[in-house]
Amino acid sequence: MKYKYKKGPELYTPIMMRIISKRDLTSDVRFFQIVPKEEFKHLDLDYKPGQFMMLSLFGSGEAPFSISSSPTRKGIFEFAIRKTGKITNKIFELKDGDQIGLRGPFGNGFPIEKMLGKDIVIVAGGLGAAPLRSLLLYILDNRELFGRLIYLYGAKSPKEMLYRPDFFEMLESDQLELHLTVDKGNEGFEDKIEEGMVTHLFKYVNDIDPINTYACVCGPPVMYKFVVNEILKYNLDKNNILVNLERRMKCGTGKCGHCIIDYRYTCIDGPVFTYWDVIHMRELI
Amino acid sequence: MRVLKLSKKDEKKLYDVLIKFGEVWAPVPKGSRYIYDKIEKKEDLVIYNEFVRTILPIKKFLVPQELNILNFKPSKYEKPKVDIPTRVIVGVPPCEIHALNILDKFYTTDFVDNYYMERREKVIIIGNSSLPDEYLFSHKTNTSIVEEGYDLFLIDLGDYYLVWVGSEKGDDIVRLGSDIFSEDVPVDVAKDFVTYREKRRKAFTKDIDLEGVTDLMELMYDADFWDEFGEKCLSCGQCTMVCPTCTCFNVIDEIELNKDEGHRRRYWDSCMFKDYSLVAGQHNFRESRAERLKLWYTHKLKAFIGHFGSPSCVGCGRCIITCPVDINVETVVEKLKG
Repeated sequence: MKYKYKKGPELYTPIMMRIISKRDLTSDVRFFQIVPKEEFKHLDLDYKPGQFMMLSLFGSGEAPFSISSSPTRKGIFEFAIRKTGKITNKIFELKDGDQIGLRGPFGNGFPIEKMLGKDIVIVAGGLGAAPLRSLLLYILDNRELFGRLIYLYGAKSPKEMLYRPDFFEMLESDQLELHLTVDKGNEGFEDKIEEGMVTHLFKYVNDIDPINTYACVCGPPVMYKFVVNEILKYNLDKNNILVNLERRMKCGTGKCGHCIIDYRYTCIDGPVFTYWDVIHMRELI
Repeated sequence: MRVLKLSKKDEKKLYDVLIKFGEVWAPVPKGSRYIYDKIEKKEDLVIYNEFVRTILPIKKFLVPQELNILNFKPSKYEKPKVDIPTRVIVGVPPCEIHALNILDKFYTTDFVDNYYMERREKVIIIGNSSLPDEYLFSHKTNTSIVEEGYDLFLIDLGDYYLVWVGSEKGDDIVRLGSDIFSEDVPVDVAKDFVTYREKRRKAFTKDIDLEGVTDLMELMYDADFWDEFGEKCLSCGQCTMVCPTCTCFNVIDEIELNKDEGHRRRYWDSCMFKDYSLVAGQHNFRESRAERLKLWYTHKLKAFIGHFGSPSCVGCGRCIITCPVDINVETVVEKLKG
């Protein structure tokens, strides 16, 4: 056996965290802020926007969640979690001060180094605003390192819109060009939220410099094709169109197999894929 | 490489040497099939010179069907302390050694899986060459001959075995067994060796033409036969259980009755199972059986090449004799070739 391995920190044992605050973003999505417990504080828990963590609840199991916070705001990890199954039901029962396990970060994340100096178009659908919040905050915190920032967000209804107060505030900001829409029912918010699919917001995306623009997309599976088709109209380089995908995962380390797509593992080679990946790998979007 | 001889009259003494290194395991008959089982008496250690296909491949020693990875209580957890015995596995055929090399690559790429490595370090492989049966097609997958991955490898040349030493551990064994392993290997042994190789090569009868299947997987992705197979498939997952290179696992937390402590366990999983690609909100990325079959065959015949440079089918023939509805590498390749 010629392979060497480090008997170091175990891959599959979680770091124990503590919930410091939580609030409801929608009727079934809750925002959690967690910090490492005292004995884990010394660990370097750096990460990149677009990466994910395995949250771990003993007795219920583990599941992958996108990190919603930005590495520019160190120490606190934020997640927006939808109550939708066994593990998330249990996570919703947690109170401030309760503990939760964390493994990671995993995945490639957005290629920030390549995106520096470029214009960024972010397109979020529904819960896709959670992982993209990490990127959004990262860019806002390093605003001078990037060009234009255009953010399009579509949700089912105003009630389903994540971080709605934050986005409303950002509408006033000159730091980004933000456009919001809901499938239907924007009554009461007509001045802030449009009606129609997120693709309908592309009418505000003008004067794009195709060589110097990155587009980053995250949303429900059904959304990608439509959004990517819109982006393609701007003749962006295939490698500059990035999609952040979701798959079933049990390990985060490329071993359990569940997240495989063609010859790639979403947890290793993703969850951020390029449009070239979409073209040459089946089943991606 | 060091090559020695083991006379057949000393064959039964092999056990006495191996048992000094750990438990001795080898194929033993079970019903009409074989399994790798622990050998307790030296008379029971048989080296078969005809191919023996155990029900489960040697992955059972390295990735157990059930593996406790954590013990937990509400406030803390610990990695279970397990005493993994050293196992000397005798009679491992070349195709399975290739599978082992694939598992080694898989479990050490990107992240190194300690649960695998702990077990891998405790396994000593005594391979042996044997004449193929009617289902073995490792000559078509380039896995009928081994160059690495074993500690010792035996080739039956009539009155004696040629013993190839493949590792330091293998060398320890032949040194400890210097009374049965002879260094006297004259040049004319080569003639017997060539004769044997030729005989073995000609003995392969299963003709599955894998030439070009990687490209055909691409071109035939939308072919109707996948749906026909999908109709027949029982989603029983037996193909994945017996495949020497299938490693998918599920992780399940189990709580002890009447206690607030429990265990996090890995279980073998199968991409044939319906919930394999199911995510929160009941979205299933591979709802139909045909999609799941395509995933398996893509992985075996095509995708693994992208990752590791070679396909992950080693030609052992287990899927051929195991699938209750005749969906296997042979029938799939037949359809791919139209």
